[in-house]
Amino acid sequence: MAGEKKGLQLLDFWVSPFGQRCRIALAEKGLPYEYLEQDLRNKSELLLRANPVHKKVPVLLHDGRPVCESLIILHYLDEAFPDKPALLPSDPYARAQARFWADYVDKKVYDCGSRLWRLKGEPQAQARQEMLEILRTLEGELGDKKYFSGEAFGFVDVAFVPFTAWFLSYERFGEFSVEEVCPRLAAWAKRCGERESVAKSLHPPEKVYEFIAMLKKTYGIE
Amino acid sequence: MAGGDELKLLGMWASPFVLRVQLALSLKGLSYEYVEEDLKNKSELLLKSNPVHNKVPVLLHNGKPICESSIIVQYIDEAFSGTGPSLIPADPYERALARFWAAYVDDKMLAAWNQSSRGKTEEERAEGKKQSAVAVENLEGALRECGKGKPFFGGDSVGYVDVMLGGLLGWVRAAEELQGVKHFDPARTPLLAAWAESFGALDAIRPVMHDVNRLVEFGKMLQARQAAAAAGAGN
Repeated sequence: MAGEKKGLQLLDFWVSPFGQRCRIALAEKGLPYEYLEQDLRNKSELLLRANPVHKKVPVLLHDGRPVCESLIILHYLDEAFPDKPALLPSDPYARAQARFWADYVDKKVYDCGSRLWRLKGEPQAQARQEMLEILRTLEGELGDKKYFSGEAFGFVDVAFVPFTAWFLSYERFGEFSVEEVCPRLAAWAKRCGERESVAKSLHPPEKVYEFIAMLKKTYGIE
Repeated sequence: MAGGDELKLLGMWASPFVLRVQLALSLKGLSYEYVEEDLKNKSELLLKSNPVHNKVPVLLHNGKPICESSIIVQYIDEAFSGTGPSLIPADPYERALARFWAAYVDDKMLAAWNQSSRGKTEEERAEGKKQSAVAVENLEGALRECGKGKPFFGGDSVGYVDVMLGGLLGWVRAAEELQGVKHFDPARTPLLAAWAESFGALDAIRPVMHDVNRLVEFGKMLQARQAAAAAGAGN
């Protein structure tokens, strides 16, 4: 066992959208937990023991037992605390659809976003085109719904909403406006931002932009 | 639902991802219609059913599409929970472990295997080989942890991780001839080597598995095509 503490602990990094998914889920479910900020340039013994395979955050510790990978953590919270409101629907087909779109966000958004700020010239232009396509696809899936899950804030919303704090950065690096390209997505982002769980878990977009600027400097980009 | 359950699987014979779905359907004892897709000339049905990725496998259940092999396998387990064995464990923590290792198979192990054989530079391929060894070692540890001395990741019987890894077995065997590499070497990963034998021998599994000779032929054709493209590109 990684640790012996009872209850829930979250090993996380302040700006991580994957960690924020967990924070939002825990808040939505009203589950108390201990937040443990990690230094990713000097990883703690606890993190290395809790996630020896990937050495990454977030990691949820439940009575000392580690659960890794944000979407797996979301599933776990639904299943280990069945008396709390669930993020995933109960219908198998609806669950499959929710998993598909959360997987889409995982496969596409972060990687493309990284290429948008890390690269220049033609590869950056390509990343920009891809990002527009990704956002349009998500806009299409959202449609006229209040949330991706319908009337209630759910799994796909939690999976994607942390990236809304990165929209400003994508806009600046990609030179486009989310509001113009995807008005429904922009409205959804605003709507989600009004939820306490989201407002408390996300950092201001300017802070994210500063963080990226710091990373670029560290990696000697530009 | 009118007319009972109608299952149709859009697939491609050599795909390990498609095979996973077939293994799950076989384990559950579910009958389905199989449609072989020509990936160079994708059908209307495929493009309509998977507009986002345009890939196989796609499972159609009474006409409604489910995409992505891991999602399809989980769907089969959940939609047909009363039929045949359960693939995912019952305990939430064990489920989390199963999901973790299933994801690991694709995200790390398969990615490393692909890099080791298809990496563009010598350096990339060498790194891929290194990562492959690490990945396989980690999976050996996972089998020890999840299986707890039993033959399968699911314990006494086959589970989710077994299916997700099992789909790759044909290609694992083909790799011995195609790349001269033994991914599940009994000397280094005895549990995985034994698992491969046990899994492949199961009644619900054996008839569905890939024909390794056919995969080798196909693999050689792909290698030749790759080499021609590289030469043509002036690489």
